[in-house]
Amino acid sequence: MRAHRLTHRLWIALGLLALLTPLGLWLPQRLKAGDAWGEWGPEQVSRQVGFVPEGMSRSSDRWHAPMPDYAPKGWEKRSLFRLSVAYIGSALIGVAACAALAWALGRWLSRKEKARAA
Amino acid sequence: MHIPDGTLSPATFGAAYAAMVPIWVVAGRKLKKTLTARTVPLLAIGAAFSFVIMMFNVPIPFASTGHATGAPLIAILLGPWAATVAVSVALAVQAFLFQDGGLTTLGANCLNMAVIMPFTSYGVYRLIAGRSDAKSARRVIGAGVAGYVGLNIAAVTTGVMLGLQPLIARAADGRPLYFVYGLKLAVPAMAGEHLALFGFVEAAVTAGALAYLARTEPALVVGASQAAAKKGAA
Repeated sequence: MRAHRLTHRLWIALGLLALLTPLGLWLPQRLKAGDAWGEWGPEQVSRQVGFVPEGMSRSSDRWHAPMPDYAPKGWEKRSLFRLSVAYIGSALIGVAACAALAWALGRWLSRKEKARAA
Repeated sequence: MHIPDGTLSPATFGAAYAAMVPIWVVAGRKLKKTLTARTVPLLAIGAAFSFVIMMFNVPIPFASTGHATGAPLIAILLGPWAATVAVSVALAVQAFLFQDGGLTTLGANCLNMAVIMPFTSYGVYRLIAGRSDAKSARRVIGAGVAGYVGLNIAAVTTGVMLGLQPLIARAADGRPLYFVYGLKLAVPAMAGEHLALFGFVEAAVTAGALAYLARTEPALVVGASQAAAKKGAA
């Protein structure tokens, strides 16, 4: 019973956090923070040192995620408002995906335990 | 701290994956013993929390951004092995769905943020909190220090991974093939920004959440450490 109430409250807290995530978009943009140190693509590296390292140009775009940078593809130039909406959507999708994956893993691991104990 | 594809040489990301596979196996075995129907939802909430808290980017004006990871808090509340699984799940979702961190580098990112960070934080927390009761200030202080230290150690190991690249992967003309800056720049840069700012963000998240949960859910706060103490006594 108690545990149930606890997880219920924590889920609500996660939902609230998801709604607040645009703060993590606005503040860096406002203060022109750019990318996290070291998390650069070929263009940024080229701007810094004048060339794109060979290995990097071969392997940096191996994977094309469905929502790069927490927005639909091609949304880089959209308004901050739209990007914020996309960011909240990404947060909700990410929360759901993480929870589902960890839940499935946890169920699988704990079920095995019970089968062995029985 | 999310190393993208194309930044680490195959030797480095291969070694990181080679290190992660047995760690994931052991983490799975540990959880198999400790997970119950009650704690599975907490593991799911932990993974989701890690994901969402990493979206709160904190800026250093004109220079960089960083964020808390939630790994220290999860390690304190659910144990370091649960944190390994929860944060690995969050990092995988970030890489696959949102291009945040690479796929080749997922092992390296997990090593830094899902292993080194939570285990460091857990050790620091246990050292400071001891067996004090749930509402003790020692727990809140321990959580804060654990968050700060854990994030910074992981920043340093990330800096080392990055800074090694120009040493081990060069083209015939001597130019670096992957990450371009060496240890002398990468380690101080990574350590500096985390020591100066992001470490305090992780500390505030960890200590704040722990202080709140100690008041509302004391059983959750002493749960993990009591279980560990019992195991030690048995």
